[in-house]
Amino acid sequence: MRRRDFIYLTGMGAGAMMLPGMNALAKTIDPLQALEGVDAKIKKELADVALNTAKSNGASYADVRIGRYLNQFVVTRENKVLNVANTESYGIGIRVIANGCWGFAATNDVTKEGMAKTALKAVAVAKANAKIGGAPVQLAPQKGYGEVSWKTPLTKNAFEVPIKEKVDLLLNANGIAMAGGANFVNSIMFAVNEQKYFASTDGSYIDQDVHRLYPSFTVTKIDPTAGSFETRRSLSSPVGMGYEYLDPLATEKVLGVTPRYKKRYDMLEDIKFATQQAGDKLKAKSVEPGKYDLVLDPSHLWLTIHESVGHPTELDRVLGYEANFAGTSFLTLDKWKSGNFKFGSDAVNIVGDKTQVGSLGAVGYDDEGVQCKKWDIIKNGVLVNYQAIRDQAHIIGLNESQGCCYSQSWQDVQFQRMPNVSLQPGKNPLSVDEMIKNVEKGVYIIGDGSFSIDQQRYNFQFGGQLFYEIKEGKIAGMLNDVAYQANTQEFWNSCAKVCDERDYRLGGAFNDGKGQPSQSSAVSHGASTALFKGVNVINTKRKIG
Amino acid sequence: MPILNKEEAQALLKKVLAFSKAEECEVTLSGSEGGNIRYALNAVSTAGDISTMSLAVMSVFGKKAGTATIDEFDDAALERVVRRSEELAQLAPANPEYMPLLGPQNFPDSITYNANTAAMTPDSRADMVAKSLSVTKEAKLTAAGFLENSTSFNSVINSKGLFAYNKGSDLTFSVTTRNQEGTASGYAARGFTDVNKMDTFAATKVAAGKCISSSGAKAIEPGKYTVILEPVAATYMLENMFRFDARSAEEGRSFLSKKGGGTRLGEQLMDPKVNIYSDPFNPDLPSSTWTGEGLSREKTMWIDKGVVKNLSYSRYWADKKGVKPLPGPGNIIMDGGDASLEDLIKSTERGILVSRLWYIRMVDPQSLLLTGLTRDGTFYIENGKIKFPVKNFRFNESPVIMLNNLEALGKQERSISVESYRSYLIPPMKIRDFTFSSLSDAV
Repeated sequence: MRRRDFIYLTGMGAGAMMLPGMNALAKTIDPLQALEGVDAKIKKELADVALNTAKSNGASYADVRIGRYLNQFVVTRENKVLNVANTESYGIGIRVIANGCWGFAATNDVTKEGMAKTALKAVAVAKANAKIGGAPVQLAPQKGYGEVSWKTPLTKNAFEVPIKEKVDLLLNANGIAMAGGANFVNSIMFAVNEQKYFASTDGSYIDQDVHRLYPSFTVTKIDPTAGSFETRRSLSSPVGMGYEYLDPLATEKVLGVTPRYKKRYDMLEDIKFATQQAGDKLKAKSVEPGKYDLVLDPSHLWLTIHESVGHPTELDRVLGYEANFAGTSFLTLDKWKSGNFKFGSDAVNIVGDKTQVGSLGAVGYDDEGVQCKKWDIIKNGVLVNYQAIRDQAHIIGLNESQGCCYSQSWQDVQFQRMPNVSLQPGKNPLSVDEMIKNVEKGVYIIGDGSFSIDQQRYNFQFGGQLFYEIKEGKIAGMLNDVAYQANTQEFWNSCAKVCDERDYRLGGAFNDGKGQPSQSSAVSHGASTALFKGVNVINTKRKIG
Repeated sequence: MPILNKEEAQALLKKVLAFSKAEECEVTLSGSEGGNIRYALNAVSTAGDISTMSLAVMSVFGKKAGTATIDEFDDAALERVVRRSEELAQLAPANPEYMPLLGPQNFPDSITYNANTAAMTPDSRADMVAKSLSVTKEAKLTAAGFLENSTSFNSVINSKGLFAYNKGSDLTFSVTTRNQEGTASGYAARGFTDVNKMDTFAATKVAAGKCISSSGAKAIEPGKYTVILEPVAATYMLENMFRFDARSAEEGRSFLSKKGGGTRLGEQLMDPKVNIYSDPFNPDLPSSTWTGEGLSREKTMWIDKGVVKNLSYSRYWADKKGVKPLPGPGNIIMDGGDASLEDLIKSTERGILVSRLWYIRMVDPQSLLLTGLTRDGTFYIENGKIKFPVKNFRFNESPVIMLNNLEALGKQERSISVESYRSYLIPPMKIRDFTFSSLSDAV
């Protein structure tokens, strides 16, 4: 996962040069012009040119993606708007199988001539690669859906909300922080719209309109006499929703030591608490290292799930396709085949799900034309499945893909990417207060912080935003300098309890990096608060100079 | 044609500028051409050929700026993009940090372009990958690797008379070799401006050697050890430190902030053996001679004998502070010594040789405390000799503390970061008291 450019941006403030996720071809455009979709009929005609050219030149399979990718950023610090940008990237990516090998080519020349030329290039690449050898590509069968469409369910298209409204919200939030004694505040509104058209030689013509939104801030407080500073980032989540996410709703709020949010976010409330907490962090007690029971809030646990469950169950990693960069996985096929590999305790039930409303990973169909679904990955603690795409399904005995194929843009080849991977809530009624009541010596962690995990996903270390000491069933005050280290399998086997569905919330990664050249994808992870027994906590305080 | 020469770029930029009706206007034109091959399990998995060119126009009225870009180049499209940027500028809120555009500047031509690299083709890439695969097939190892080349140009013109152009080439290669049992792994990474310096066969031999000698790794206790970081490991660790930004330091939120206010400029922050600087004309790692802000890049010392020598100032921050603007590093060069890697090992009584680091993330920006892991070849050294491979460690360490605990430097070489793929000139280094905090089972 390569989120640090984005964290850097939100933490430090930046101009257009550091905007996250903007590819080389992204271009700035008038927001109103971006809303005019391209007629599906025109796209079908163009797609057929590519498919027919590929087939008549020796391709046994071809798919074409015609993509228009829109981003909007509003970047502020304190009382200033540093940047307002609208970018558009429009083009085609054509993927073929010829002589048993994949080939890919892309162009921004979206004409019939461009289609034909690019299809020929893709076939030529496949044939050249086939000479180096290797097992021929084996695709899971996939029926054609004909002409279908899908759209992210939303009530307010973020691209239709005036820039002024976004600027006002961010500057109001910044104003609250400054009035509360913050030294610095950065905030950003980031909206994405993927208008994707997919067609394949299987007979699918799929038109999709996908929306994502991520509002966030970082409040910084400085203690100049001590020469120290602390930050508190927003507890918002990136979502697969429209601008309605920013309409606060009391029923979508979780109370406790600080408000947390489900499907609606109250930025003005969160920043008020954040400003206070950044100051509290400067004065908080430094943690005594040792073994603690950890109570992990969903705003934190999503990232631990992402790194320690999401990535090691990616089948391409398991097989070795990511060995040179992200790495492989400890969840090897023999462990899955045994049918009894105890990944976690009985309380651990984890699903892959690309249908969850409001999630970042939700689409109707993946980027190789497979309708999305939901399936078990860890059942009662046992590894039962992976995440696969069409050319991998046969390896784990499936006769259809799980719909996990994604490309960040038309100019990148699609490959296996993580679906939403979520911890299922506990089946028995259990609130967070009831959970904390039974913890003797623990740390309650809210919000995600520093994260690092090895290339096979055994050893990890996570920080957080807010840490509270739990003593004899009660919250005893704020802690600082906390990080926990564990082995993935030991950690998930130490999961004693998961709160019930009343506490269930989604967190997520807006820019999860994988592949070479690296591609970014967005994915959500749901959880209820969970209790992990006897985890190793370290103290991260150091002095330099 | 995505790669325009200086005259072609200037002619196109002048044509665009002529459409402008704004108080200030800046037009940027950039293009790139290149390709890549990715392989795994000893076979090609994906390959691509990408060429792009795009034009950006920034129009300014007062302190209100708007930017629009386009990738069509007929006259109507060029006029349209100028008009659109002017409309956006009128809609945008004024940015108090906006700095008026600079007038004509004299930037020397850079040495970043290499004709050999620019001439690479899909076939030449395939040949280089085949050479890499020949090593692992013979050694009965599995290879996964990535080769990518690009040639690009950037040019800018503005209504105050500034014009600048730069053309550059870059090539990177990395390969991971693993044994059949999955119990050992080795890695090598190389980056060059000139493709003729790239030897994928030799690099893969290095990776294969690391893999073979990593088999049978033993677990030893984590703790504080003397470590020898090979350049690819040191590069990734230090990359997190190479922002010498005055603004964040003066604002009190950087490792370069001083207790009680101000910055650590002029302070001895590291061992006196540490010299870190930028130089656009270094033949092994050239950079562009100008920045996006229209500033000239010159040789700049950042750390001089362990002392913080310079901090970078953007034009806005320099103006506010009444100092001369100084661009941040365009490249990073760290002086080395004469010792070979073998010499460093020979002089070590007890320590760990680290081939590569992985998944480094910031834990505390104040102390620059980083966490991450060793990977692809970690060895125990005793009495000047490599004794046996060891299991990987997680570390928690700050590069600033690390460069205070510097024992010795080896010969500098060009190395790439395993995460950003940026190139650096960095020596191998021997560090005492490097903090390993736990063991990892990962191979």
